[in-house]
Amino acid sequence: MERLRLATLWLGGCSGCHMSFLDLDEWLIELAQLADIVYSPLIDVKVFPANVDVTLVEGAVANEDHFQLIQVVRANSRVLVSFGDCAVTGNVTAMRNSLGGALPILERSYLELADVHKQIPNDTSVVPRLLDRVLPVHRVVPVDFFLPGCPPPAARIRTVLENIVQGKPPHLEGRDLKFG
Amino acid sequence: MSVVTLTIDGKLVSARAGDTILTAAREAGIDIPTLCYVDGLSAHGGCRICLVEIAGSPRLQPACFMKVGEGMEVQTDTERLRGYRRTIVELLFAEGNHVCSVCVANGGCELQDMAITVGMDHDRFDYIHPKREVDLSHERFGIDHNRCILCTRCIRACDELEGAHTWDMAGRGSHSKVITDLNEPWGESQTCTSCGKCFMACPTGSIFQKGDTVAETDHPRAKLEFLVNAREKKQWNV
Repeated sequence: MERLRLATLWLGGCSGCHMSFLDLDEWLIELAQLADIVYSPLIDVKVFPANVDVTLVEGAVANEDHFQLIQVVRANSRVLVSFGDCAVTGNVTAMRNSLGGALPILERSYLELADVHKQIPNDTSVVPRLLDRVLPVHRVVPVDFFLPGCPPPAARIRTVLENIVQGKPPHLEGRDLKFG
Repeated sequence: MSVVTLTIDGKLVSARAGDTILTAAREAGIDIPTLCYVDGLSAHGGCRICLVEIAGSPRLQPACFMKVGEGMEVQTDTERLRGYRRTIVELLFAEGNHVCSVCVANGGCELQDMAITVGMDHDRFDYIHPKREVDLSHERFGIDHNRCILCTRCIRACDELEGAHTWDMAGRGSHSKVITDLNEPWGESQTCTSCGKCFMACPTGSIFQKGDTVAETDHPRAKLEFLVNAREKKQWNV
């Protein structure tokens, strides 16, 4: 059997979903028999490759880099999975939406609450510009499957990956659909 | 007491005339999902989760209100109803600010559980992210309007069980909001007895006990049931 080309992506999230992925523990060794991880914050590859079979996307689309990257990721991935509550609903990352656009948030964080060096970071070659509105991934590009949870427990991630490896559409039900 | 016979999901069921479809179904072991309904409080019919199909009627009816009728054929779990129920839950999530991961009621929330029941793996509607308030002026409880689904359970529990009628609804449509007294801070309410029945009744983390942090809320629903039993069946010896 051909090895699965698996990628994981980290957008606007806390990396908790990736920590939960690492909680797959010894099953990661089994996964390594079946799949190559071709792009991930856990490995050192800078450019998202072509012909990826499955990509797990953690985090919401919160800035311009995320917005551009997710288009490339979608185009290069056969199956795209929204991985965790931030990707699925916006979750904590999107809580700023009810406070208005990017500017009021930046002013609050970097000016009003700062003790020293009050300045909004504005060098976009270093920090990407924030979007005014944080979006769940499926609001930006089509998503094939949703894997909710904050973070999704390792067993839930395993269920989805096992299904994909066996060529079946992942199916979650009951408590495996629990947000939070 | 006259008895009527009807079928619910193809099962022959006898019920007392005047019973609702919900009561008849639950007594027959058929569960119809509900959100705004609480045993012992008046029905509200607001959430529409309990909508059922009745043969011969093009309109869906809320099981918590609709009375049983002789020969009625009721369906509680069709594809159409499942579709509507999921849509309702998605709209509830989209309308408020429901962030399960940082909520006191995470793991003990009827909205979260309902999302599981209806199989909601994502929301097809754009979240509105409204700007809503949190009132922490009460000594023992807080209300986070971000998590409120306007089910009116707090209003009914306060009015019908406590007799205080501190809570009421203000505003219209998605601008509706539960208020205490004449929209005054809860802590300054003249009528609130601090009994906590609104907290017992709240399905989400909206009305919470101060000091509870993420996933710690345990709505003491059993206490509410005890009170209802004491009132209706005169059973209060434990």
